[in-house]
Amino acid sequence: MHSLWRTLDRGTLRDIALVCLADAMVGAAFGAIAVSGGLPAWVPVVMSLLVFAGGAQFAAVGVVLSGGAPIAAVAAGLVLNARLLPFGFAIGDALGGRWWTRLTGAHLMTDEAVAFVLRDGDPRRRHAAFWACGLGLYVSWNVAVVLGALAGRGIGDTGALGLDAAFPAVLLALVLPSLTERNARTATLRRACLLGAVVAVAATPFLPAGLPVLLALTGLVLAIRAPADAEVSCP
Amino acid sequence: MPLIAVLALAAGTYAVRLAGPALRHRIRLPGRLRHLLSVAATVLLIALVAASALTEGHGFAGWARPAGVLVAGILTLRKAPFPLIVVLAAATTAVLRLLGVP
Repeated sequence: MHSLWRTLDRGTLRDIALVCLADAMVGAAFGAIAVSGGLPAWVPVVMSLLVFAGGAQFAAVGVVLSGGAPIAAVAAGLVLNARLLPFGFAIGDALGGRWWTRLTGAHLMTDEAVAFVLRDGDPRRRHAAFWACGLGLYVSWNVAVVLGALAGRGIGDTGALGLDAAFPAVLLALVLPSLTERNARTATLRRACLLGAVVAVAATPFLPAGLPVLLALTGLVLAIRAPADAEVSCP
Repeated sequence: MPLIAVLALAAGTYAVRLAGPALRHRIRLPGRLRHLLSVAATVLLIALVAASALTEGHGFAGWARPAGVLVAGILTLRKAPFPLIVVLAAATTAVLRLLGVP
């Protein structure tokens, strides 16, 4: 674990700390919303520890608070989390080779951790970035949810602080640099991303939450037909 | 929300998370498919950015949030430091809302 901090440069650790801070504010809001909506405090706290997926947690609590059945809440959360399946295949190497690092690391896999891993091609730094972001977010998110649940209605409006823009901004800042290189491979990746994003946004009015983002995988048709240079620079 | 529902969501989520790390060593994926999976991860993240920037529920999120995310995109292309990108994105959205932009 000691080498984890030496492998990452100061800049990456600072970036991860900032993401933890931003997510902690959202976590506090989650705890507060759940409790002030009438749920007992253990629900957001236990859910955060065991589910540890912000989007799914908001979706599940939202369904329950609006009078939906618990089974509908579970379904909404699971559909939202389905994207974690391809993530696991894409960045599974970053968790480490031992069985127990895979078992524990899997629980720490989030959009943010995946984005930090994708930012780097070096296996050691990918590994370190995954664990630093995973552990950092797990601790900060759960502590924040407890504080939010205790504070209840006392938490301010995260919308007024613009925190809802912070999540897409974080992901964009992490992923966009990998899309700016000038070569045929990156041009294909850009087109696949663009098509995927358009499909996801266009499908949002018609499909349950979570499915539109999965439909973005249709963007891959542009990558399948790409020139056969796929073997060359795979990390 | 009953405990069993929380546990079901937790178990399902963990299974989805574990499948990749647990299975990717047992099945030998061709290089082309491995490449496609890393493309898939990037495509999903960008779709998540677009959907969470532009939509709320089944409708439009309003102008303040996508404006903040647009600022983040421009600053990223200009190679601004990461904290500045995130803080200015949130600040743009917050200021626009303060001015009455939805």
